[in-house]
Amino acid sequence: MREDVPALRLGEGAAGNGEACAEAPHGPHADAELHHHHSHAEASRHPGDHHLLSIEGLSVSFSLYDSRAPYFRAGRVDLEQLHDLTVSVHEGEILAVVGASGSGKTLLADAVLGLYEPNVHVSGRIWFDGEPMDASRLSTLRGHGISLVPQSVSHLDPLMRVGAQIVGLCRGAERSRRVARMRDLMAAYGLPASVERAYPHELSGGMARRVLLLCALIDDPRLIVADEPTPGLDLELAVHALDDLRSFADGGGGVMLITHDIELALRVADRVAVFREGTIVEETAAESFSNPTLLRHPFSRALWHAMPSNGFAVADEGQFGSSAGEMAGGAL
Amino acid sequence: MLRFALGQIVRFFALMVAVSAVTFVLVAASPIDPVQANTGQAAMLTMSAEKRAQLDERWGVDEPVWERYFAWAQDAARGDLGESLRFNAPVVQVVAERAGNSVLLLASAWVISGVLGVALGVLAGALRGSLLDRIVRGYCYLLSATPTFWLAIVVLMVLAVQFGWFPVGFSVPIGVSSEGVTLADRLYHMVLPALTLSVTGVANIALHTREKTVDVLSSDYARFAAARGEGRWAIVWRHGLRNLALPALTLQFGSVSEIIGGSVLVEQVFSYPGIGQATVTAGLGGDAPLLVGLALATAALVFAGNLVANLLYGLVDPRMRKGAVDARA
Repeated sequence: MREDVPALRLGEGAAGNGEACAEAPHGPHADAELHHHHSHAEASRHPGDHHLLSIEGLSVSFSLYDSRAPYFRAGRVDLEQLHDLTVSVHEGEILAVVGASGSGKTLLADAVLGLYEPNVHVSGRIWFDGEPMDASRLSTLRGHGISLVPQSVSHLDPLMRVGAQIVGLCRGAERSRRVARMRDLMAAYGLPASVERAYPHELSGGMARRVLLLCALIDDPRLIVADEPTPGLDLELAVHALDDLRSFADGGGGVMLITHDIELALRVADRVAVFREGTIVEETAAESFSNPTLLRHPFSRALWHAMPSNGFAVADEGQFGSSAGEMAGGAL
Repeated sequence: MLRFALGQIVRFFALMVAVSAVTFVLVAASPIDPVQANTGQAAMLTMSAEKRAQLDERWGVDEPVWERYFAWAQDAARGDLGESLRFNAPVVQVVAERAGNSVLLLASAWVISGVLGVALGVLAGALRGSLLDRIVRGYCYLLSATPTFWLAIVVLMVLAVQFGWFPVGFSVPIGVSSEGVTLADRLYHMVLPALTLSVTGVANIALHTREKTVDVLSSDYARFAAARGEGRWAIVWRHGLRNLALPALTLQFGSVSEIIGGSVLVEQVFSYPGIGQATVTAGLGGDAPLLVGLALATAALVFAGNLVANLLYGLVDPRMRKGAVDARA
């Protein structure tokens, strides 16, 4: 909303970590080999020798009044929410960003979409399809390359008919083209035609979820950022939701699936990025979670041990216990 | 639907009974002696005791208040609201004539304050923190802290007396026969009172609308719209106004009472012969039948305003329509 404040310093600074830039061509490498801070899954592809989305050294901090200082003397403090975060999404894959609730994962979605609050300071580098991005270029990609699938029906205008919301902002011939496309999509996703004339409060949870997905798909995105798309859905619907994302990825798109639920993520994701305290501690193929010895970071291993199928061993590595347990306990 | 209509009718009559009873009691409790107030101090002194007793009887000074009220209520039930003692004419006629003078003034003040208030509120809310926002807020805080009658006096002093741009009072030019009065004359005389009334009404509506705009723009659906590439003004236009409509309608129809209340003071300052001024005359003259008549008329207007707001909710908000269907089923 508040894109007017030029706080973004993308493309300068923080990326001086010696790693090759993302637009640098990929040399041949094995899937399990660590490169660009990550290892690959089978579906990961590099057409044009670059990632679909590549984020390097992203830091996001908020300038706030110091809550510990006396009220009238409170100075501004910088509160860093994301720091030196590096992650990549390939074409044709689902990357699950897994982290505890309330740990700032949504800020990552905001950063990719170029949605910045006025008091935010962002640094780092983002490339989309090999092109370096800044805040204004990211904002032109919203709905034109990068689409968001939000969490819940509260992201639909309660007073607007669902059809008009899926079609979105457009006029003239463009509108009739999009209306036709919407009807095709609704049929493909099993939504009854009556949904078009319905209001959001009349939708069931499963319908709302598909409507939100259609809002993204109608823009023919190359990358979908799905921000916690499954909470509130029962297991069957959650699996359906993820299957829809899977088929989008299989069609060549990239998905960044942000979730707190490691088990659900492992069902569909090709790769998993473990998010902890504002950064990605490990970005690895989902298969690595089949065997803890393949995991490099101690927090990832704590997460593995805390999963129900691996014995709920929350106390195993005390320093990670509670958040690892929460993520592994998940919604399932 | 029938139940709703019956409920509203019962409420309306309960309101009328309550308003008339309270007005009667208040007039009776007032320290003003209606006979003295209407004949004047000098006439009272020279008046014979016989004449005085006659007037007391005509004004009903010695009867207990409840007896007068029931006598009035019996007549009112037959549709006779009594005679205005002050104007020597049937109350219905006085109220109708005065309301006719006021209706254009009140309606224009009401519309201007609503339109201007919503426009300023939406702009300030959409540009939160900007210079425009600060100016609008400052203007609103200043105006809500300003008594209407004081503003009316200032406007009168500056625009009518100092600059002479507008007439100092009345609804028509002085010394012109009623056939010679044009609509332009009436509008010209209405400008200052309407301006004063609407200017103070704007503050309330603009501040409320601004808050609601800020709420809407920080909502999940506004964020999602932004994530789909809609710009700030597209979001305000597509989602903002739609979701603002309900609270704005509530405020607008709720403000009917404020406009009518404000008109009492403003019409007095501008010597504008409308219902506001008649209310002051009736109150100060102890003219209970007229005051009750005016109170009933204005209460009915406010009731109608709130009823319209309630009915419009159902039209604007599909969630309420659904609720109504469920309640009936």
